[in-house]
Amino acid sequence: MTSVEEAAVKPIDIAPVARLWPQLRYVVTRHPLGVFGAAIMAIFVFAAVFADLLTRYDPVSTNAALSLARPDAAHPLGADFMGRDVYSRIIYGARISLAVGLGATALGCALGVALGLVSGFLGGWVDLVVQRLVDVMQALPVLVLALVMAAALGPALGNTIVAISIPLVPYSARVIRSNTLALREMPFVEAARAVGMSEFRIAVRHVLPNTLAPLIVLATAQLGAAILTESSLSFLGLGIPEPHPSWGRMLSESAAEYVRVAPWLVVFPGVAISLVVFGTNLLGDALRDLLDPRLRD
Amino acid sequence: MATYLIRRFFLMLLTLVGISVLVFVMLRLVPGNIADILFDAAGMINPAEKARLEKDLGLDQPIAIQYVRWIGGLLHGDLGYSYVSEKPALAEIAPRIPITAKLAGLALAFSVLFGVPLGVISAVRQNTLLDYVLRVISLSGLSMPAFWLGLLILMACVSWFGTLPIYTAPPKTLWDELLLYSIPAAAVGFRSSALVMRLTRSSMLEVLRQDYIRTARAKGASRRSVNYHHALRNAILPVVTVIGIEAAFLMGGLIVTETVFNIPGVARFLVEAIRWRDYPIVQNLVMFIAAVAVVINFVVDLLYAVLDPRIKYAD
Repeated sequence: MTSVEEAAVKPIDIAPVARLWPQLRYVVTRHPLGVFGAAIMAIFVFAAVFADLLTRYDPVSTNAALSLARPDAAHPLGADFMGRDVYSRIIYGARISLAVGLGATALGCALGVALGLVSGFLGGWVDLVVQRLVDVMQALPVLVLALVMAAALGPALGNTIVAISIPLVPYSARVIRSNTLALREMPFVEAARAVGMSEFRIAVRHVLPNTLAPLIVLATAQLGAAILTESSLSFLGLGIPEPHPSWGRMLSESAAEYVRVAPWLVVFPGVAISLVVFGTNLLGDALRDLLDPRLRD
Repeated sequence: MATYLIRRFFLMLLTLVGISVLVFVMLRLVPGNIADILFDAAGMINPAEKARLEKDLGLDQPIAIQYVRWIGGLLHGDLGYSYVSEKPALAEIAPRIPITAKLAGLALAFSVLFGVPLGVISAVRQNTLLDYVLRVISLSGLSMPAFWLGLLILMACVSWFGTLPIYTAPPKTLWDELLLYSIPAAAVGFRSSALVMRLTRSSMLEVLRQDYIRTARAKGASRRSVNYHHALRNAILPVVTVIGIEAAFLMGGLIVTETVFNIPGVARFLVEAIRWRDYPIVQNLVMFIAAVAVVINFVVDLLYAVLDPRIKYAD
């Protein structure tokens, strides 16, 4: 019989490299859409990392001569009102979009995990207070809370990340809490307690790892939501400030006028937003099937 | 049931009080108040003048006093005055509510009318080409920002009809109104319909596997009767939840869509008020949005018990 400690934190079985290819092929055939989503995400990550190499023009330098230039060989996606190359702005925009998306999701989940774990594990009045807080945060639509937060914090990259992360907190807090409540009663938690492990250590080492699967599924869904929220905030002029090339900002209010004269300014940034969110959605669905069979449809 | 209702009602009030504190405090974290903005914009700095303005608006009081004044007024139906227009906040907000309500109602109708039947079809024809196409459409609906969909619709209208269907003057006839609101409503409702469709599909698939469906088929019930009477009725409960949540959360889509289509509803007004730091408008509007959301959630909970007699709220 293995010791309690060993049984509870059994390391994940890592496949040797020789078995990697068949496994990869299995995943591709079983979840083609998920792999497609992952590929889309990979392309955007690549674009964000190597933006300098992929573009010929500076995304922020203006050129009056090129104002509203149609797409042509030099500027494949045209130029905006200020004469900035739309293609460069979209490629650099991937940095902003992914940075805000990942940053807000990570921050939101971290706060949510902390709240959910404390709430579910300690129970009692702490649980009661945290749950009311979560109720309050969840009663407002994500964009409304993010708008008020963004306005309160002022326009800056870091502030936008915080403003978007806060409305995401209640969702992960709820998921982690309900999982923690169930796990708290499990025999392995009792066993850990019996061998004299501290409550904090039980919570972090035994309960938390067992809530990771639903958390990953939720985080992937929230990544898409965070990117959409960023684009909406920037579209409304309350998100990423100029001169950062944010996709939502590129579609900002004046876009309604460009609909007539410069449709390329409207189409391409929207395609970028939709595609990256589409990728996270596909990936999220596949991860849910893989990690959380109970939720399978 | 009665105890449960009373408890839920008090929790609802508690949530609303929490939101009021949250919003009030958050808005006052902003460095610089309306007096600063007005004075910056005018380019003049006369400290005495500014102090007088702050006193008039009650901004010189401690934050707790300001809060109590606001809530006290709220309970008497006095929402304060808009800083920008200097009209009563209620007079500014109230006329915009029906506009947004109509838009939200149409969007919700759109999402149910498309989402539920398409979800059923997708489930019944599981793993056929039609199912795949519908699923990709619904997933793209969830991936598109509502404002972009709105802009694309505007673009299509320009190239097909040569006109922009944006709000320019209040509609005169009911028909005009329907025409004017149905396009932005579709832009908002597309996302919700995608969500409703996905959920209807997965809920239907769950039910279609049940024994009683096989029994219904075995006794010779028509396909239509099995799908709609036996399966959908049982599959609809989680769908009702999501429709309720969407109804409460439609605001996000409405904010950007009203901006795109230039519709003078409460959602766009919220953005304008936030830009102007028009606290009385922002805090009252956010409270209104939260109240609507909380009440809808409450109603959905009650609806459960009506739709599914197995659910009994005993406490």
